[in-house]
Amino acid sequence: MSATLHSILTFVQTWWVELLCAVLIVLVVPLIAGYIVLVERKVMADMQARLGPMRVGPHGLLQPIADALKLLIKEDLIPDAADQFIFWLAPVLSMTAALTSMGAVAFGPWFQVARDINIGLLFVVGVSALGPFGIVLGGWASNNHYSIIGALRSTAQLISYETTAGFALVSGFLLAGTLNVRSIVETQRADHAWYIFLAPVGFFTYLIASIAETNRAPFDLPEAESELVAGYMTEYSGFRWSLYFLAEYANMIVVASVGTTLFLGGWLRPFPNVHWLGWLDAAPTLLLVAVAAYCVFRAGKQPARVQSLLMWAVAFACFVVAIIFALTGPFGHPRLRFMHDGLYGAFWFLLKVSAYIYLFMWLRFTLPRFRFDQLMRLGWHILIPLALVNVVGVGVALALTSEFGLNRWLAMVFTTLATLGIAMLLLRWNDKYSAAASAALLADSPIVEDSRAG
Amino acid sequence: MNILADTVHENAAQKIGTLFGADELVINMGPQHPSTHGVLRVKLKLDGERVVGSECVIGYLHRGVEKIAENRTYQQFAPYVDRMDYVSAVSNGLGYCEAVEKLLVVEAPPRARVIRTILTELQRIASHLLWLGTHALDIGALTPLFYCMREREEILKIFEKYCGARLTTHAFRIGGLQYEAYDTLEKDVERFCEDFEGRIQEYSDLLTGSSIWIGRTRNVGLLNSADCIALGASGPVLRASGVKWDLRKALPYAAYDQYKFEIPVGTRGDTYDRYMVRLEEMRQSRLICLQAIENIPAGPITARVGKVLKPPVGEVYHAIEGPKGILGYYIVSDGSTQPYRIRIRPPSFINLQALDKMIRGHLVTDVVAIIGTLDIVLGEVDR
Repeated sequence: MSATLHSILTFVQTWWVELLCAVLIVLVVPLIAGYIVLVERKVMADMQARLGPMRVGPHGLLQPIADALKLLIKEDLIPDAADQFIFWLAPVLSMTAALTSMGAVAFGPWFQVARDINIGLLFVVGVSALGPFGIVLGGWASNNHYSIIGALRSTAQLISYETTAGFALVSGFLLAGTLNVRSIVETQRADHAWYIFLAPVGFFTYLIASIAETNRAPFDLPEAESELVAGYMTEYSGFRWSLYFLAEYANMIVVASVGTTLFLGGWLRPFPNVHWLGWLDAAPTLLLVAVAAYCVFRAGKQPARVQSLLMWAVAFACFVVAIIFALTGPFGHPRLRFMHDGLYGAFWFLLKVSAYIYLFMWLRFTLPRFRFDQLMRLGWHILIPLALVNVVGVGVALALTSEFGLNRWLAMVFTTLATLGIAMLLLRWNDKYSAAASAALLADSPIVEDSRAG
Repeated sequence: MNILADTVHENAAQKIGTLFGADELVINMGPQHPSTHGVLRVKLKLDGERVVGSECVIGYLHRGVEKIAENRTYQQFAPYVDRMDYVSAVSNGLGYCEAVEKLLVVEAPPRARVIRTILTELQRIASHLLWLGTHALDIGALTPLFYCMREREEILKIFEKYCGARLTTHAFRIGGLQYEAYDTLEKDVERFCEDFEGRIQEYSDLLTGSSIWIGRTRNVGLLNSADCIALGASGPVLRASGVKWDLRKALPYAAYDQYKFEIPVGTRGDTYDRYMVRLEEMRQSRLICLQAIENIPAGPITARVGKVLKPPVGEVYHAIEGPKGILGYYIVSDGSTQPYRIRIRPPSFINLQALDKMIRGHLVTDVVAIIGTLDIVLGEVDR
């Protein structure tokens, strides 16, 4: 007995950081996802000339918690015609995949569950690719026409865009020469460049593919509410539905983290090697102090006492974190400097991830939705060829640099332009080909006549 | 790269579907569906996602408006017409009042006619704004809806100031108006029109040039002019197919013969053309409003019609160009205070007949866009 206890204790002692991170992820990510929803609603409201949630807590700050409680106490409904077990399993699968893939993501140099996993990003991509099974199975198990159409759409969409995302990531992997998350970031420090600048085409194809992978507008066809009611989750309600919902937002965090790690320099601050820009490290402290000041400023204006208390609490929390940042910063206490990398890294990483997610939201509120055939055409006719050519282009640039000693930036600019040129050629050829195919089809297609005759 | 609508690829897919003998799937769209604009139910027969047949089921909002008319006096029935196309109540009221006036052989005085024109054109803008917002929402653009609602709110505020009601206004009376124009009506309308010019450009910037928007609307829901006429389609649906037929020009009523405006027409008769036509119609309505407030004639606001209306025995048909198309009233009088029969020609109902023709061969996604582009209001379809 004591031996078992001892071994458990040893295990905890050895792995306590990882365990803590894992528990944090499971506990905190749903909360963060809830707050991303709030932020999304606020951003949407801002873009649409309105206020968004304002009732629950000051500025709607408690809205996610109220929503979570409401979803928890809702009736747990499973349709009679549904396949009970798979109906139960599907959202769990989605959520598990999303949370598991987060295990290999490094939120700053400290916060990572699976440290030094040498296939890092490959693991993330592989595990998060299991998420669509949840969608497909859920849509199938619901036994509803809208659900099944949503599930089928999502299968086709995710297969296509997973490929694109994969190729886009390969261009980054080539530059980094490793799949390990930490090494990728450190290589970017050593290279004096974020890979977005060395492989812009790779980044932008990944950006588009990642939006499609997370089923976000303008690629939200699997759940297009104006067409399919709610797509694969039409029959889901209450907590099961919220699992899907959380999985979607957790997936957003995952794809944003992958993009940030590989292309945006991970947890490095902008210009990590330029010493006279060291004052950038004051940014987190100043930002938090500003938030705290704003909260104090607004606290007096809250209509209810509870609300102003909450505002004070938020201000206090921000202030405490700001002090921690200040103490561990470059001008802080020398004995606390050991925390510098972890905290500041996490800050920059989360800032970049937030910017990435903000971009998602911005696009969602601006663009209309694609139609399915257009989505497929965009994926297979444009993005996949582009990503493939880009992989070759990055490879050529690397060869030019290492074998012929060409300047790295020159090589990259050259190959990027070449990539775009080849892509344009491919597209024009593709246009011509589809025009020819159209003409041929029109010439001898009785079906066209039929459908016209109606 | 052309990622726009390409019907040929779709037909190829259809061919393959037939080759493999895939089963057809019947799905019910509505009556409770987020984008059937009310309680329209469409039974869709699908091959994969492609529509091979459809059937509209209507009547979920039937209130028997025409039958109610037979048990109400002429004045009592006037508020009921507001509840048909409830997003353009003012236009409905105008059509009805003018029809009864025609039956009574009276004419509203010039001042009343000009104020009626202003309010009706504002209502056209409001109705088109609501259409634009919901149509964009159907196609997946979330934001225009809120901008459109913001503009529409300004118009509703003018209505509210004028007659106290915002939605079902009952703004006009048989023979003219009940309420005199309030003091700042001209100023309010002018201010709205001034702002609106830039605002409409905003919506245009959000949608018109967007390649996704073009891809979703170009060549979707094609309806040529011959089909339009055969089906009796009217309004922007007809004009987008290239037929320049607008009752405001063809058979002027109210004060439309006094103003200069253009009638926008499309060329292809697809969803994009209908979008452009409606957008331009809003601009033209704005111009009409600006011209009308320049010079509102003085004088009485109502003709002498008496308190008890007893039109002579006979029948009359009067049609106006509502925001959604030709809105006609056919009234049969037996000489009593109540109409013997009223038959309403609802533009939404008749335009909806084109749905089946338009959605065949398209994807489920397009069905939503096409229902949106027809601009139907189920209150009017079912009456």
